[in-house]
This record gives sequence, C-alpha cells and structure tokens, in this order.
Amino acid sequence: MATHTAEPAAGGAAAVEHLTLEDRIWLLRAMLLMRGLEERAMTLYRQGKVPGSFYDGYGQEAVSAGAAFAMGPEDRLCILHRDLAAHLIRGVTPARILSQYMGRAAGITAGRDGNVHFGDRQLGCVGMVSMLPDMMLVATGMAMAFKLRGERRCALTWFGDGSTSRGDFHEAMNWAGVQKLPVVFVLENNQYAYSTPVDKQFAVDPVERAAAYGFVGVTVDGNDVEAMFEAARAARERALAGEGPTLIEAVTMRMHGHAAHDDMKYVPKEQVEEWRKRDPIERQEARLRDAGVDVDALRSEIKTSIDEAAEEALSGPMPDPATATDGVFCEGEAEPLGDGEAPWSGFSGGES
Amino acid sequence: MPTLTYLQAISAALRDELRADPNVILMGEDIGVFGGAFKVTDGFVDEFGTDRVMDTPLAESAIIGCAVGAAVVGLRPVCEMQFSDFISCGFDQLVNVAGKMHYRQGLAVPITVRLPSGGGFSGGPFHSQNPEAWFMHSPGIKVVAPSTAADAKGLLHSAIHDPNPVCFMEHKHLYRRVKGEVPEGVFETPFSARVARPGSDLVVIAYGAMVPVALEAVSDGLDGASVEVLDLRSLVPLDEEAILDSVERCSKVVIIDEANQMCAAGAQVAALIAEKGFESLDGPVVRVATPDVPIPFSPPLEAAVLPGVDRVREACRELLAY
Repeated sequence: MATHTAEPAAGGAAAVEHLTLEDRIWLLRAMLLMRGLEERAMTLYRQGKVPGSFYDGYGQEAVSAGAAFAMGPEDRLCILHRDLAAHLIRGVTPARILSQYMGRAAGITAGRDGNVHFGDRQLGCVGMVSMLPDMMLVATGMAMAFKLRGERRCALTWFGDGSTSRGDFHEAMNWAGVQKLPVVFVLENNQYAYSTPVDKQFAVDPVERAAAYGFVGVTVDGNDVEAMFEAARAARERALAGEGPTLIEAVTMRMHGHAAHDDMKYVPKEQVEEWRKRDPIERQEARLRDAGVDVDALRSEIKTSIDEAAEEALSGPMPDPATATDGVFCEGEAEPLGDGEAPWSGFSGGES
Repeated sequence: MPTLTYLQAISAALRDELRADPNVILMGEDIGVFGGAFKVTDGFVDEFGTDRVMDTPLAESAIIGCAVGAAVVGLRPVCEMQFSDFISCGFDQLVNVAGKMHYRQGLAVPITVRLPSGGGFSGGPFHSQNPEAWFMHSPGIKVVAPSTAADAKGLLHSAIHDPNPVCFMEHKHLYRRVKGEVPEGVFETPFSARVARPGSDLVVIAYGAMVPVALEAVSDGLDGASVEVLDLRSLVPLDEEAILDSVERCSKVVIIDEANQMCAAGAQVAALIAEKGFESLDGPVVRVATPDVPIPFSPPLEAAVLPGVDRVREACRELLAY
C-alpha cells in the first residue's frame, strides 16, 4: 500500500540553540510520562475501568511535547486526542488525567466527557470536540482577538491528516491568512485517518496548501521532539512579529489502532516496523545519554509518579448521578481562559 | 422615549453595546462598509472602525467558530448570519463546540448569533426559514425571539450580556413593519414571556412575527370573546410558569408557529400543557403552524403555507365553540 509521506527536514541541531539541557530533559520527561500514562490507561481499559474506548498517541509523543513546549503561558492551545504531552506540559497532573479516562469526579471534565476530550481552562487550554478539525476555527478566533487587542501572544492547535479534507480546515486557513493572524496550525500527519491512508485523503501534500492561503508551511520530522520544538518556536516568533500564521506538517506514524478496539490490520507490517526504528522517545533518550543524563533514573522517577497517580485516581469517587444535569448553562460571570502556573517550561515564552 | 422600528431598535442596541463595552465586536458578511444586507449596521464602521464591525470571509462555520475562540479569551462577539437559513453551515460550531462547552469544561461562551429569520416576502426555500427549534433541541444554547421594537432592543442587550451562546431570532418581516416606543440606553429585558393582550376565554400563544398576526386575528373581539395573547419572547428558557398561568386562566389554547409544524417550539408548549396543564383545559390544544414543506417562492404558494390572520381567527372561533 503506497502512502504519501513528505520528506522530513532535519531540525535537531538548530533547536539546541534555544534549549538548555534541562529543557531537553523536560521534553523527554513529557514524552515518557505521556507514554507511561497511556500504557497504564490501556491496562485500566482492559480491566474494565475505562469506559467507552481508549485513544492513544503511541509513537507521536514528540509532536505535542515539542510544540507545546515552545508556547508561553499566555498563549492558548486547542489540543487533539493524540497529544497528551501538551496537557502535561501545561501542568495537568497525571492523577487528574487517569481520573478523566475512568470517568471519575476528579477528572478534568468530572465525567462529563471522556478520554482526551478535555482542556483545563485555567491552564489556557480548550478541549477538543469529535468533529475534526473544529478547533482550528476556535484557535483562529483566539488569535483574532489577540490581534484586535494588540497583544503579543499566539494560539496553537493540532489536527490530523483526515482533517485536511473538511471545510473547517479551509475556512480556518483562509480566515487566518486573510487577517494575518498569530496562529500556529500543527498538522499531525500520522498516515491514517482511522483506516484511511493519506493517499485516499489528498492528492497534494497539504503543507503545500499553506502558500495558497498566503502563509508559510513547513514540514518537520514529527518524531524528533527538538525539531518539533524548533518549528513551533519559529512559528510563534513569526506570529508575534505580526507575520501571520504557520502551517507545520509534522510527519509521524500512528503506531497503534485508531482506538483500543482497532487491531489495525489494514496497516502493512513493514510500515510499522520501519517507523518503529524512528521512535521519538528512543531518539531523545540517545541524545541525552550522550549528554551524560541518567535516563534510567528519569524512567524510574516517572514510573513511580504514574503508580502514585493511578492509586490516587482509583481511590477517587465516581461523579454523583444527581449532578448529571448541572452546568449546561453558565449561571455566573463568563470567565475567560487562564494562563495557569506553567511550572513546566524552561523555555519561557517571555524571551521573544 | 423615541419611536423606533424593530430594525432601528436592533441597530440601537448594537450601537449602545459597542459604545459601552470595548469587548463587544460585530462579525458577519457585508456588515461593515455595506452596512449589512438589511442595513442593521449601516454607518457603524464610521464610528467603530472595521475591526469592531468586521467584514468576514463568506464562511458561516468560521464566523461561529472564530466567535467562540474570541469569546473564550474575553471578547463578546455578536455574529450576524445574513439570513438565518445560513446557520446550517455554522450548525456544527454552534451546537457541538459552543453549546456543549460549559457543560464539558466549565468554560463560558458568551456569543450572540443574530438570525434574521422568517418568510412573507418571497424569499423562497433558503431565505425564509425559522430554524429556532434546531437550537431548542441542542443543550447549552438560549433562544429568544422578540416581536416588538422595545423587546428587540432589550432582549438583544440581555443576549449580549448573557454568559452563554444566545440565538437571537430577529424576524425580517417585522424589521420595518413594527414600530414602537423604545427606552434609550442599555437596558435588559428578561428571557421570559409577556402577556401582549389580557383575556380569559382563550389564549393564543405565539412568538416573533406570529404575535402581531395573533393580535390582529383577535382584534375584532371574536364575537365578544375575551382572548389573551401570550408572547413567549424566549424559547430557551421557556417560561413554563407564564404558559401554565395563561392556560389556567383561559382554559382554551391556540399555539402558533411560523416554523414547520413537526417538533416546532409550539410542539414543546403543547407537550408542556398536556403534562402540567391538563386539568385546566376545556378543549383540545390547537396548533396553527406551517406545514412540513420548504417555504415556497411564489406569493400564492407562500401565503398558502404560512399561518395568517384568517387561519388563526378560524382556529380560535372553532375552539371557542368547542
């Protein structure tokens, strides 16, 4: 089966200029935490503790970790379902995430929505809906508000290869281009939209469409977290300089099925094997080992934190059925998204 | 108190809000330099500029979606659909993104969507619809529909101040036909019903353009009967108390919808009365609505489907004789 894959650009070397060693460890930590949490969640799913299905981003951790790390606390994010690392980088705790998966009261949506359909509004994030890529327009609207108010900040959103076929992709790209808005669009090209390969999705590499809407499009190796960071950092810099949107096509591979129930038999084994050699976590680990970092200690620290989070989440209550109809409308004042404390980023947005 | 048309009242509300709150922006197709298809925002760009009275690309999904984004970072966008029919292209953003946001995430989406709706002027199947029931059926969205100039202004202020998505159904047929005294400045009209004409033998329940139709239909007294007209004004929330109060006092009910009959606002009102007002009834609940057809273009065809004064009067007479 032929699939269309854009040639990834190298990016690691340039990225290092803007990253301290501590930042580079943070990037690895976010990816390890994402993978570990999702593996734990899959176990909980198999144990019947996660209702519905379960969606993960195995093999794509670099896309969300790298891009989210390049954003400042004042920036705003609309995060997709294979981008758990972005939530971790914004400061959502592992226990709340596992509670969310299990539909518990302590989850970010308190059981009102499932899996990765969440955004912590106090941390500047809006949760996705299932109609993709609806959040491209929400991010565009945020960027429009920033521009109208003359604020130096940007909005960033992720979406998949399948999303490029829908009208909201076109409407968002066009609107952002016409108004030259400070928005970063991250196209997470993981080769499949559910079972549909990219050669049935588009006839032209979608990164080329950016030019048609009047702004920059770049292709990045989506399995290189430092390259992802650098592409997002540069896009943010353009946005803040008033140079408009950027489309980043992060080329990666969905290494698991669309969701827990999908055995992915439509994907050729060779394709998976080929991508397994490019695992984003192994790549970052190798870099850090070379830099003298004790990666095994980091892994052990993360495993402990996941164990603790699972214990906390499992001991938390389910939501009270009496609250099922609460909160449909806002009864008080409308509170906009907050910045959060952003304890996560050695790279603070302040430097630009 | 100045006398304004329904349309002038809407313009006045928007102008007052733009002056009072720097977070209010207007977004829509051709609303800026051109002043809008119906001239609601005529001259606004001169006072408020093209950023706050924004000519958008022709993209309804984007208008709603971008308004949501702007709202969650602190603006108060007021979107204009050029015709309410076109909200079908922005349906997903309104229903799935805006409407479910607060329930899912505790994040308020203070947007107002102005929907010039209704028929009566040969607009045909795509410029005459009354889509309010689509949004009544979608949790998290408020729906209001003024019938007077004063309510058009007051309800629009309330909609813009509301922390939730509000569909503001403004009836095109009323724009220049309805006039009335309108208070100056910013004031709020509650999302509740009002008795447009008191009575005790029968109540006609209506909203939007069907209120003046109802008032005209019963204006000659219907052979001496005392007929009430209840103007719902708000469909979500629906003023159950006012409806049940009218039913209790009048015992006979005619409900009018200009919208297609199936699952229209009036169907919900009828269901409410069946559930909670049954003991007060002294006859069947009667509905007058547009049959379930697209709104036809040619004047005799359109007149044949839209509820008019004669159909309402006939329905009232029959029920009074029951």
